[in-house]
Amino acid sequence: MVKLMSDLKSQIIAQLNLQDVKPEEIGDDQPLFVDGLGLDSIDALELIVLLQQEYKIKLSNAEDGPKVFKTVRTMAEYIKAHQAQNA
Amino acid sequence: MTPATESYITATTVICRNKVIQNGREILNLPEEDLPGFLLAVYRNLEVQYPKFHKMDLLSKMGWLAAECLLDGSSLNQRVSPQRIGVVLSNANSSLDTDLKYFETTRVMASPALFVYTLPNIVTGEICIRHGFKGENAFFVQEEFDADLMQQYMSQLINNNILQAGICGWVDLLGQQYKTVLFLVEKEARGLAQPFNTANIIKNFTTENG
Repeated sequence: MVKLMSDLKSQIIAQLNLQDVKPEEIGDDQPLFVDGLGLDSIDALELIVLLQQEYKIKLSNAEDGPKVFKTVRTMAEYIKAHQAQNA
Repeated sequence: MTPATESYITATTVICRNKVIQNGREILNLPEEDLPGFLLAVYRNLEVQYPKFHKMDLLSKMGWLAAECLLDGSSLNQRVSPQRIGVVLSNANSSLDTDLKYFETTRVMASPALFVYTLPNIVTGEICIRHGFKGENAFFVQEEFDADLMQQYMSQLINNNILQAGICGWVDLLGQQYKTVLFLVEKEARGLAQPFNTANIIKNFTTENG
């Protein structure tokens, strides 16, 4: 889980072009949107692309988005759960 | 015909051939950089914090940077209401540079972040968001820079009291070919205080540095 969260932080920075942010500056439980990293709706779409490209996961229900993309930890949990389901 | 001398060019910025020229004076020259590297170096040189810059396409980055230089020290926002400041731009290659890059991504997975820049007038939006401008804006796609059109369009807006000030000019990019020339036009004769007429527009546009 720690490795996955660390990978996710680097992937988020690369995918969203967050050139002023370092992976260690993103907290595991820091909100990604609004008050936290300040991501916007286009970034949310890019996160969906990231899940699909890096983890072959398609977000089947758009309403799950806010829950899945709340923090790096919730993203990692979603990926783990998805991988366990498909194991 | 709109009278030609009721407003003034108060500042200019040119970005081309890896140089930034502000009011006729070269402020940056980085011949070794490719375009993305050059634009990033200009951004860093400005010492501003604007994370959204890194997400923009190259056309928006170039127009945004030129506007930053153009407005540097102008205190425009303190003198003119945001509703009375507009942006009128033009170019030859529309958003084609980004359109092609976006098309490439569709072969694997379409990039939403690139898709939002597949219109040329997004650069006007980025400038307006940054500086809080809420006045009239327009973007023309033309084969060549048309100084007459720019002069008449801006003068009409200013003379009819729709705008009190505005940014106008050319922001063009395709591949490694690019050129940006921006003019700050105001009702009052400040800064460069050049009459806003076609001859002065052309002179600035074709300056040997530009």
